[in-house]
Amino acid sequence: MSDIDSTKTPEPSRRDFLYVATGMAGAVGAAGALWPFIDQFRPDASTRALASIQVDVSAVEPGMSITVKWRGQPVFIRNRTEAEIEAAQEVPLDELKDPVARNDNLPPDSPASDVDRSAGEGRENWLVMIGICTHLGCVPLGTAGDFGGWFCPCHGSHYDTAGRIRTGPAPENMAIPAYEFISDTVIQIG
Amino acid sequence: MSGGHSTYTPKSGIGRWMDARLPLPRLVYDSFVAYPVPRNLNYAYTFGGILTLMLAVQILTGIVLAMHYAPNTELAFASVEKIMRDVNSGWLLRYLHANGASFFFVAVYIHIFRGLYYGSYKAPRELLWILGCIIYLLMMATAFMGYVLPWGQMSFWGATVITGFFTAIPLVGEWVQQLLLGGFAVDNPTLNRFFSLHYLLPFMIAGVVVLHIWALHVTGQTNPTGIEVKQKTDTVNFTPYATIKDSFAMVVFLFVFLYFVFYIPGYLGHADNSIEANPLQTPAHIVPEWYFLPFYAILRAITFNIGPIDSKLGGVLAMFGSIAVLFVVPWLDTSKVRSAVYRPWYKLFFWLFVVDAIFLGWLGSKPAEGVYVMLAQASTFYYFAFFLIIMPVLGLIETPRRLPNSITEAVLEKNKGEAPASAQAREG
Amino acid sequence: MRKGISEMKMFLHGLAALGLGFSLATSASAAEYPLHEPEELSWSFSGPFGTYDKGQLQRGFKVYRQVCSSCHGLNLVAFRTLEDLGYSEEQVRAIAEEYDIEDGPDEAGDMFLRSGTPSDYFPAPFDNPEQAAASNNGAVPPDFSLLAKARAVERGFPTFVFDIFTQYAESGVDYIHALLTGYEDPPEGVEVPEGTYYNPYFINGISLAMAPPLSDGMVPYEDGSPETVEQYSRDVSAFMMWAAEPHLEQRKATGFTVMLFLILFGGLVYLTKRKVWSELH
Repeated sequence: MSDIDSTKTPEPSRRDFLYVATGMAGAVGAAGALWPFIDQFRPDASTRALASIQVDVSAVEPGMSITVKWRGQPVFIRNRTEAEIEAAQEVPLDELKDPVARNDNLPPDSPASDVDRSAGEGRENWLVMIGICTHLGCVPLGTAGDFGGWFCPCHGSHYDTAGRIRTGPAPENMAIPAYEFISDTVIQIG
Repeated sequence: MSGGHSTYTPKSGIGRWMDARLPLPRLVYDSFVAYPVPRNLNYAYTFGGILTLMLAVQILTGIVLAMHYAPNTELAFASVEKIMRDVNSGWLLRYLHANGASFFFVAVYIHIFRGLYYGSYKAPRELLWILGCIIYLLMMATAFMGYVLPWGQMSFWGATVITGFFTAIPLVGEWVQQLLLGGFAVDNPTLNRFFSLHYLLPFMIAGVVVLHIWALHVTGQTNPTGIEVKQKTDTVNFTPYATIKDSFAMVVFLFVFLYFVFYIPGYLGHADNSIEANPLQTPAHIVPEWYFLPFYAILRAITFNIGPIDSKLGGVLAMFGSIAVLFVVPWLDTSKVRSAVYRPWYKLFFWLFVVDAIFLGWLGSKPAEGVYVMLAQASTFYYFAFFLIIMPVLGLIETPRRLPNSITEAVLEKNKGEAPASAQAREG
Repeated sequence: MRKGISEMKMFLHGLAALGLGFSLATSASAAEYPLHEPEELSWSFSGPFGTYDKGQLQRGFKVYRQVCSSCHGLNLVAFRTLEDLGYSEEQVRAIAEEYDIEDGPDEAGDMFLRSGTPSDYFPAPFDNPEQAAASNNGAVPPDFSLLAKARAVERGFPTFVFDIFTQYAESGVDYIHALLTGYEDPPEGVEVPEGTYYNPYFINGISLAMAPPLSDGMVPYEDGSPETVEQYSRDVSAFMMWAAEPHLEQRKATGFTVMLFLILFGGLVYLTKRKVWSELH
C-alpha cells in the first residue's frame, strides 16, 4: 500500500498533516469527554455547602462541651474551667510528646502552648478541636484518662485538658480546625 | 478468526515474547486490523460500531450514576434529583444515560432493519442473527428496568403494567408476578432487584456482543449485493478502511445524540416521570418509552378472545410473539437471493414493514380506543403477515433481478453507471 | 447512495401521507383535555443560546414567596442555589434566615425550630400530603421543584417532529402560564363541580381546585415591570423553569462547544476517510 501512496500522492506531507490533525482532535475530544467522569467524583454542591458551619455556643457553660459534626467528623467544643486551663498551662513544653500546636489558625510551627491550643488570648476557655485520635482515627472519650482530658479507648492514648497527646501510641495533638468567633457566641468552623 | 491465516508478525522482542504466551495483540490485529471486509459496505453497515460505542457510553455513565443513586423507594427520586442538581456534571451524565438508552435503540433498530433488508440472517449466519436477537431482548429488559429506577410516576406505572403481563399466564401467572416483584405490587423489593439486574445485564450484553462479533468474523460480513466474498479484490482491510468509515459514522451519530442531550433532553422522556411515584394515583395515560411503543400497540390490539385464549393472554402472546418471530426469520425467508437490492417485491414489502412498525409506534402512544384499535389491529396483522406469509411465499414466487458475478463486478458496474462519460457503455 | 436517497424520499412521502390521514382521523376523537392548547410564548431561556433573565427570576421568586408558597412547596431547591438568581451570598443568607427549619433532636430529644441557613432546603408548607389535602378541599397542591418539567400538553403530529428542530422544550412553562392566565367564567350550560374553578387550559378536566391565584397589583415590583397577572404569570413560570432545570444555561453553553467541536472533528474525519478510500483502486 505504501508504495502506491508515494506515487499517487503528490504531497505526502499534506496527507500526514490531515492524519495528525484528525488524531489530535480525537484526543482532545476524548479528554473532554473524560472530564465529567472525573468531575463527578469531587464533593458535590450540597457537601460543599456544608464545608463551613456556624455553631451557637451561648448555652455552653464552663465545664461543658458539645460535639458538632463538621465535614463528616466530630468537632469537640469545650468551655474549659479555670482549673483545666491552669493544669494545661503548668505543663512545661519540653514534657510534651508533640511540641507543635497543630492549630490551623496559626503558623504551622507554633508551639503547643495552652494559649495556642485555645481560641487565643481572652478566649483561653474555649477549646475547639477535631475529635479524632491522631493514632488511628477513633473518637476519644471526654474528661477521661490520666490527664483529665481525653482518653482514646481503642489503643490507650491519653490527652490532656488542652487536647495534647501525653502518653500512648498517638503521634500528634488533636487537630484544631480553622475557625473564628463571628460574634461572642457564634463560632464559624471552616 | 475468519479462518484465513494470521498475517500478524510481531515487530519487537516484547511483541514476540507476548505472542508466544498470550497472543492478544495477534487477536486484535487479526480481528480489527487485517480482518477483510467487503469493499462495498455502505453506511448502513456502520451501526454495529455505533452500537458498540453506545454500549460503552451506557456502561460508563451508568457506573458513575450508580455512585450517586440510592435504590430505595424513599430515596430514589430525590437521589436522581440530587444528581441533576448537586453532583458535579451530574445533569450531563444523567441526560447522557437517559438519552443514550433511546439512541442505543435508534441504532439497534437501524441495525436490525439493515439486516432484514440485506438478508443478513440467511445461512450461514443464522446464529449470528439469533445472537443479535438475544442482545436485543437483553437490551429491552435492561432498558425497562432502568426506566423504573428514577421512581417517577411513569417508572412505577410502567413497571406495574409490564409486570402485569405475567398475570396473563394461566394458573401460575400471579405466582410468577409476585416472584418478579418480591411483593404484591411494585415496591421497594422490586426497585432493589431491578437496580441489581440493571447493573448486571449490560455486562451480559457485552458478553453476547463478543459472541456476536465472533460469529460475524467466522462467516464474514454480508454486503449490499448479498454475494459472498469470492476473491481478494472483493475486500479491504478493516483498518484503515472500515475503521475510518465507522469513525465518521460515529461522529455523525454522536452529533445527533448530543443535540438531544444538550438541547432537548426531555424530548424523548415523559413529563409524568418528573413526578415522584405514587402508588395511589395512576397517570391519565400510561405509555412506555418510545422504543417499546410498537409492541405496546400490538399488546393492546388484541381486544378479542381467540378460542380458549382470552384477550389479555392473547395480547401478551401477540406481543411476545412479535419478538419471538425474529428468532425464526432465517428459516422463514425462502428466497435464494439474499439482498433486497435484487428483489423488487420484497423491497416494497420491506419498506411497507418499516412504515408499519413506525406507525405501530405512533399508535402505541395513542389511547386504545375508537379508530386507533382498528388501525392497530390492521398494523399488527401486517407485522405478522410480513414474517409469516410474505417472507416464505415471496421467496418462492418472486423473480429476482440479475445478480452480478462478484462484489468487485458490482462495484465496477456501479462506478461506471455513475460516471456520465461511460453512460452509453451500458444501458441499465 | 442515490438509491438510498430515493428510497428515503419514498419512505418520507408515505409517512407524511399516513400522518395526514391520521391527524384527520384523530380530530374526531381527540384527547379531551386541555380544552385549549397553551399559547407558545417566547422565553429568554428557549433556543440554543437561551439564558435565564435574572431580573425575571427574582420577580418570579417574589411572586412565589408572596402568593404561591403558602400552598406549594419547593422541596428540592436549596437556598444556596438562589445565588443563580443573582443574589449575593449575604442576601441568600438573609433569605434563608427568614425561614424556620425543623432540626433536632436536641439533648432532651425534642425537635426544635431554628432559622434557615443557605445549605437548607425550602421547608414544605404542609407536614404531609394528608394535611395538604385536608386544608385544600381534598386536592394536594403540587410541589414546584419540578413542575415545569412535570407538565406537558401533548403535541400532535407533525408538530412533535418540528419540535426537534425548533428545540421546543417549554411545554411546561407555556402550560403553567396558560393555566394561570386562563381562568374564565364557565360557558353557558357547563356545570363545574363544587369548590373548583373553570379553566379551559387545565390538563385534567374542565376545572381545578385552585382558585385564580393572581390578581393585578398584588405583588409590588421594584424594577418597574408591569404589575399585571400576565407579567406575574410569566415571571413565576420562568422561576419554576429555573427551579426545575437549574443547569439549563450551562447545558446549552456546553452543548454549543460540543456541537462546534463535533462539526470540526467530523469534517476532519470525513476528509481523512476520503483520503484513505481514494487510495483504494
